[in-house]
Amino acid sequence: MSDRPQVQDLLQVQNLGKRFGGFVALENISLSVPAGERLGLIGPNGSGKSTLVNCICGTLRNEQGVVRFDGRRLDGLEAHRRTHLGLARSFQLPRPFVSMSLLDNIRIPLLYTVAARGTHHGAREIEERCFDLLREVGLDAKARRMPRDLTQVEMRKLELVRAMAAEPKLLIADEAMAGLTHSEVEEILSLLVRLNEHGVTVILIEHIMRAVMSFSRRLVVLVSGKKIADGSPDDVMRNPEVERAYLGQ
Amino acid sequence: MRTPVFFALWVGIAAAVLALAFATGNDYVFFAGYVVMQYVVLSTAWNILGGYCGYVNFGSAAFFALGAYSTVAIYKFTSENDLYGLPIPVLMLIGGAVSGVVGFGMGYLTLRLRGAFFAIATLALAVVLQTLVVNWDYVGGSRGAYVVRPEEFAPLGNYIRYLFLIMMLLAVAAITVARMIEHSRLGYGFATIRDDELAAEASGVPTLRLKLIATTISGALMGMAGAPFPYYIGYLQPSSTFGLDYAVNSIAMPLIGGTTSWVGPLIGAVLLGSLQQIATVTISSAVNLLIVGCLLVGFVIVAPNGIVGLVHKYWQRKPDDFVGRRRVETDSPEAVP
Amino acid sequence: MIFSYDLLINAIVSGILIGGFYAAVTCGVSISFGILDIVNIAHPAFIILGSYTAYIVNTTYGFDPILTAIVMLPLFYALGAGIYQVYYVSFEKYGQESLRGLAFFFGILFITEVSLVLYFGVDYRYVDAAYIGPAWHFGLLDIPLRILVPFLVSLLLIAVLQTILTRTFIGRAIMAVSQDQLALRLLGVNPIRIKRIAFGISIATASLAGAFLIIIQPVEPSVGREYIGRVFAICVLGGMGSLPGTVIAAMLIGIVESLTATFYGPSWAPAVSFGFLLLTLAVRPAGLMGR
Repeated sequence: MSDRPQVQDLLQVQNLGKRFGGFVALENISLSVPAGERLGLIGPNGSGKSTLVNCICGTLRNEQGVVRFDGRRLDGLEAHRRTHLGLARSFQLPRPFVSMSLLDNIRIPLLYTVAARGTHHGAREIEERCFDLLREVGLDAKARRMPRDLTQVEMRKLELVRAMAAEPKLLIADEAMAGLTHSEVEEILSLLVRLNEHGVTVILIEHIMRAVMSFSRRLVVLVSGKKIADGSPDDVMRNPEVERAYLGQ
Repeated sequence: MRTPVFFALWVGIAAAVLALAFATGNDYVFFAGYVVMQYVVLSTAWNILGGYCGYVNFGSAAFFALGAYSTVAIYKFTSENDLYGLPIPVLMLIGGAVSGVVGFGMGYLTLRLRGAFFAIATLALAVVLQTLVVNWDYVGGSRGAYVVRPEEFAPLGNYIRYLFLIMMLLAVAAITVARMIEHSRLGYGFATIRDDELAAEASGVPTLRLKLIATTISGALMGMAGAPFPYYIGYLQPSSTFGLDYAVNSIAMPLIGGTTSWVGPLIGAVLLGSLQQIATVTISSAVNLLIVGCLLVGFVIVAPNGIVGLVHKYWQRKPDDFVGRRRVETDSPEAVP
Repeated sequence: MIFSYDLLINAIVSGILIGGFYAAVTCGVSISFGILDIVNIAHPAFIILGSYTAYIVNTTYGFDPILTAIVMLPLFYALGAGIYQVYYVSFEKYGQESLRGLAFFFGILFITEVSLVLYFGVDYRYVDAAYIGPAWHFGLLDIPLRILVPFLVSLLLIAVLQTILTRTFIGRAIMAVSQDQLALRLLGVNPIRIKRIAFGISIATASLAGAFLIIIQPVEPSVGREYIGRVFAICVLGGMGSLPGTVIAAMLIGIVESLTATFYGPSWAPAVSFGFLLLTLAVRPAGLMGR
């Protein structure tokens, strides 16, 4: 099934475990994501989704298990190096760089990640690229404004486009749509679909079922730190354990 | 403005200041001016780590003192062995190197700590370094060390004029370095560290490496400021050289002037430094520190962005126009959810 | 280095006794930094303030310093509550407490110290009490009463504090406020008020600690500076907010400092606590009994 790592898998997580003191946040998580996949990661609040993302991306260190990206082990690798390798994420609660304009926020990944991969762009090119990226999410008009001038939605878009600016192979979108209206959710969704069509593998973490179901080709369910389902959306939703987790006992 | 132009401009300003100082015909101006210039360097250096990166260093005195004691050690060596004394610029480079290395080492030990712990660790390190120096008899230990200042430096006249000139040039160099950083990729990186280190890492910024660069540059500049000090003061004592007074000044001046750009520490140092020199002469040196303490607390509460921030608010100009930087520090309640 | 069991035992006992006093000095910071996450680097300044308060009353009226300190507790409490209010309104509310908060307390440290210098000068001040002077002799041990009495009262202070923190509602609210403010609000308790009370208590302890200090040794305004590092070292080593941990850590530091001073000379002693701090931060930031 999808637990067995394939050669072409972009991301492989094997037996990952993480505890905080006595609390087991993640237990024996195994996951394989082939390149080009649209993976949905769902689960009740506190089930460990963000912790998993943090471990994959290097923000937290996992005690057990191995994470492989693009064939190489990520053990102990700092977060910024993982980003250089092509792993990008947006944060659940947006974390913009508050002392700089939107344009400069987007400039950072270009200066530090894209540049680290060897391609050298001039200042003019970088500025143009920043505008292009902001235009993709409709924020180009506010390019020179500060994050504090943004609405909730715009903040989330900024968060997402900043992750995109790192030109990732794999993008993890952590609850990018929370609290958005129907049409706003559609906007973000179409953005992610476009991204995927351009070859970016996407892991979508969401509570908005409609969005997850329509976007994902595969679904992984996390409950209390354990993976309880992994398969096509239809199969997973028919899984009795999943039903129980969501409808409660 | 391109960097070489900036540098040339400020060298010109320094020359004008020097000429003015000569015009007063009073050597005390040079003594006071030296201290003010010294503080320009210390504040600018502190601000590179504190203002740009957001890491508060309480141990400024240690780096300053290391520069001073390098000079003392070299002075003893050259005078005991009947060698020609090293010129001040060379001593500065050596002092800067010593402090730079220590800055790197300190960074390596402490930069993984979060904000408050880092600040406390810097304080601890300063005391450990002080204790080491106090117990090193070669440089006089707690008894102190004497350095004989030459009488004159031709063609300037009194040696203090030479010291003032050197320190002023170092100050110009310091603000040039600070400005260069601001306008470079490094400056952007520093700002992300200050704003949100986690997001910085996620965006690909090598935060540890950048922080180490900041502590090294900051430490080196402070060491360079300390190197000529023994010649200035003549008699060096660990307790005052390592004194907390340097720490409070190097923090107060950038905070009062404004921490987001090279302008702030310059303004803070010139204003506060001059104020202190005047107070020392007219009232007492203890009142000095009282003023610094009160101003620090006052500004931090009322004007968190310092004088530069106040000017921004009153003139309502975009930061682009005023100081050529694209960033402004937020002073309103966090809008981020 | 002259080694003798006599010296060794006295050094260790002396270390333990001083350690008790260090615990009293630090318990305030255990509350403000360990529990409330406020880097009150000015705490030693308040201790010195406590010393001078005891000094004034002692020289004017001849009252016992410790009793004076106890009478002064409400005053210091009010001072602490007031300072916290300013701190909260200016910094904590806006999430700016890292740089600005530190600078704020640093400024207060200086203002307090320099004000004392301007008013009292830099001469050493000391107090007079019945137990300052005599010493007890047990076999090899020489225990000066002026160190023993503060030691005993310090332990009493810590015991009282621990009881307050664990047995009273306010105390438990204080412990809770560092972990879960939302839960407190749901209980109808205002976290800001709790923090204000806690900070007030923290500064109140400085009143007593100051009295202990001036009983043990003569005091002048800059004496506080030696304690900045010591206090944070003990707080971190003791596990940040654990009072029992603070006591153990304080005694540990007291013993090591005492041994260093006895066998290597007092000029190395400051490096001890600060070196310990660095070591702890580098190796185990959670301290001995950390959360």
